[in-house]
Amino acid sequence: MFRRSGGQCVATFAHDEVRVLRKVAAEVVGLLTDGMDHTDPVVGRLFPDIYPDRPDDSNEFRLYTEGDLKTAKIDQAGAILAALPDEGEGEVRLDGEAAEAWLRAINDARLAMGTRLDIHADTDLAEELDDAVLKDPGSSRVFQLSVYAYLGYLQESLLNALPEIK
Amino acid sequence: MGGMALPQVAPVETPEIEEVPAEDRPWVTIVWDDPVNLMSYVTWVFQKLFGYSKERAERLMMDVHTKGKAVVSTGARERMEMDANQLHGYGLWATVDRA
Repeated sequence: MFRRSGGQCVATFAHDEVRVLRKVAAEVVGLLTDGMDHTDPVVGRLFPDIYPDRPDDSNEFRLYTEGDLKTAKIDQAGAILAALPDEGEGEVRLDGEAAEAWLRAINDARLAMGTRLDIHADTDLAEELDDAVLKDPGSSRVFQLSVYAYLGYLQESLLNALPEIK
Repeated sequence: MGGMALPQVAPVETPEIEEVPAEDRPWVTIVWDDPVNLMSYVTWVFQKLFGYSKERAERLMMDVHTKGKAVVSTGARERMEMDANQLHGYGLWATVDRA
């Protein structure tokens, strides 16, 4: 988890955390680069229609803005990959700009996972996880839910480690 | 809220407010509630992007959370499109509409 130290946001990640974060960031990059599928609900959530009742206006706006938005999202996921050690455990130190990129990228990853996991406003994450473990402790859903919960804590810790906005 | 009752005065005659034609009404950027974004993150985005005070940003975030949506900025259409596009960069679910 992140803490504030000497004007930076600092975290020490264990081997498993580094592996999971690299995997999650790489998955976001993959989703955005492999010819995006607009019927995929995750893509729909990351690139919402700006005029829900006016598809033509939405599409026209998308035509002009989506390329840049996509590039920004790939770059912010790239900021996670760039700051992490290639493998093994290690410390990450982020200045203000890098911390912001991490926040946005963690959020994109949580949006993607939350959509796939069908997270709702009344979802109790601990309960979901218990149910999934009872069904099959080795399932992909158990892993995905754990990572989703972990990313939430990580994002919160990074928000708390940022300097107050004046 | 408690406090003083309003003084009882006779209503002053106010001029009729003319209906503003639709094409002259300003536009708004709306942020919608979603089950994933952290409340603290949404507050931070409002502070960061709009320069709102922490109190104002928190109030807006609570509006989004409890009412399902909130108007976060008002103005010319192009400006609102820019705001919504930036909000999408932060992963908030934003749309544009007429005020």
